[in-house]
Amino acid sequence: MRQDIIEIRWHGRGGQGAITAAKIVANAAFKAGYKGVVMAPSFGTERRGAPISTSLKIAKEKIYDLSPISTPDIVVVLDHTLLAEVDVTAGLKDGGEIVLNTPKAIDAYDFGSHKLSVADVTSCAIEAGLAPGIVNTGIIGCFSKATGLVSRELLGEAIRNEFSAMKPEENAHAASLSFDRTVIGGA
Amino acid sequence: MHVIESGNVAAATGVKLARVQVIAAYPITPQTPLTEKLSEFVEGGELPAEYIPVESEHSAMAVCIAASTAGARAFTATSANGLLYMNEQLHWAAGSRLPLVMCVANRGVGAPWTVWNDHQDTISQRDLGWIQLYCADHQQIHDTVLKAFKLAETVSIPVMVCYDGYLLSHTYMPFELPEQEEVDAFLPPFAPTHFLNPEAPRNFNSVTLPDVRPDLHGNTAPGYMEIRKTLQGDLRRSLTEIEAIDEAFGEIFGRSGTPFLEPYCCDDADYVVLCMGSLSYQLHDVIDTLRDEGVKIGVMGLKVYRPFPDAAIREALCGRKRVIVFEKALSYGNQGALYADVKSALYSAETRPAVNNYILGLGGREIKTQHLYDALTESINNEAAIGDEPQWIGLKL
Repeated sequence: MRQDIIEIRWHGRGGQGAITAAKIVANAAFKAGYKGVVMAPSFGTERRGAPISTSLKIAKEKIYDLSPISTPDIVVVLDHTLLAEVDVTAGLKDGGEIVLNTPKAIDAYDFGSHKLSVADVTSCAIEAGLAPGIVNTGIIGCFSKATGLVSRELLGEAIRNEFSAMKPEENAHAASLSFDRTVIGGA
Repeated sequence: MHVIESGNVAAATGVKLARVQVIAAYPITPQTPLTEKLSEFVEGGELPAEYIPVESEHSAMAVCIAASTAGARAFTATSANGLLYMNEQLHWAAGSRLPLVMCVANRGVGAPWTVWNDHQDTISQRDLGWIQLYCADHQQIHDTVLKAFKLAETVSIPVMVCYDGYLLSHTYMPFELPEQEEVDAFLPPFAPTHFLNPEAPRNFNSVTLPDVRPDLHGNTAPGYMEIRKTLQGDLRRSLTEIEAIDEAFGEIFGRSGTPFLEPYCCDDADYVVLCMGSLSYQLHDVIDTLRDEGVKIGVMGLKVYRPFPDAAIREALCGRKRVIVFEKALSYGNQGALYADVKSALYSAETRPAVNNYILGLGGREIKTQHLYDALTESINNEAAIGDEPQWIGLKL
């Protein structure tokens, strides 16, 4: 079917803000000229702490197909402990990218032919003045650096808009720190 | 201004811009975020309306009926079993000719219990005397809410705005939000010709007899049958109003032109897929693929189910080789309700196309693009010698 759609799957835990993170990237991508933006949470009954996922499709033209992503180009993982519970690479295209929040070094992982980028988003967020465990803005910085899909400036703006009443500068700073500290591995 | 929000929020912002005066609702998945957003608007002072929390959907509709009878612009929303719990009051609202608007985030009906999308809830309510409109994306949800108030108040018939639960209600996509002044120009305040008023007491919906009878002033008052015939006539005539309102909407907001059927690649199509809701948009990519293979095929999304735009359907489909009706609902014991309606509309056509019926996506069963492609290929090649029985897509038996 259509080849021009970039498919991104976000893995997090209920309450961690994966949906908000995907929504912020959706807003920034739209501003960057992607007219087709569809964000679809995994439908059903969410519970705090349980693994959840949400999908984001991005294209230059309007997207009509709302069916779930089965072969993502990029997967974003908000919490490295999910790796033990969820096969985050399921369906990931050959040469696809993984963006991972982890305190471990990049060489602690082997994802074969997939390209891995990591940052210790949890620590960056605390350093930026956010409560421990707030990772959804930080991971966006890591995503931006790893994929180059949307600029850090547009993301900063989208973050400030989303969190206008909740530590906008700290959230934007968390993204900025994570951006700078993202380590990009080879395929 | 463009925003990226969920389908429920697209509906809620439409309701807010329509300056609704009374909201009564009971939360049910997947409608809940819509009513939460509305209560936020009211609580935050952005929407000067009465938000009346109730203990059930039956009461929600009863409150809306009372509010509308008193001359207020009233709104509610629900899904599935909540809609069905309202049923008796839904008939009452239509019979009373009250211009209510209700959003339904379409969901399968239990038992067995499901919270996911299909169209059985609203399709099962097609004979109420309500108008039923269906939406394919967030822009249509938002626009249809605005048009629904205009339509309801023009024809004095309640309107249901139906959109796919989860697929649209919980999905985020961009849509254009109009300015309040533009909406005010399109939708002036509700000015009912008669309403409940202590200064001028009158009876509403008093008992009728099987025959006509003289009223207090000695004039012949219509009986039940005359009143029902008027509802039927006005519903049929509302097709003309739907067209006029679509045009008036386009003049202000720039979006119009497909009041009943939204076609894609249909100009020269031998084969036409007909369906409702977001599925018609999902089919675009499948149509593109089949077109690349040289198949002359298109899809039409039906936006108005009641009143049924039979003349528009006849005109759009007459002379095609085959019409394929995809449905997320079934008239159990018979066929898809839309399929039966389409065949009925085509009966008087000069050249009648073959018509096939496919049932899919019940209870949120994932509709895979490949399955749609396979079904269309099967139908076009007549591989299974498809008869009048509905075929099931994506069934794992």
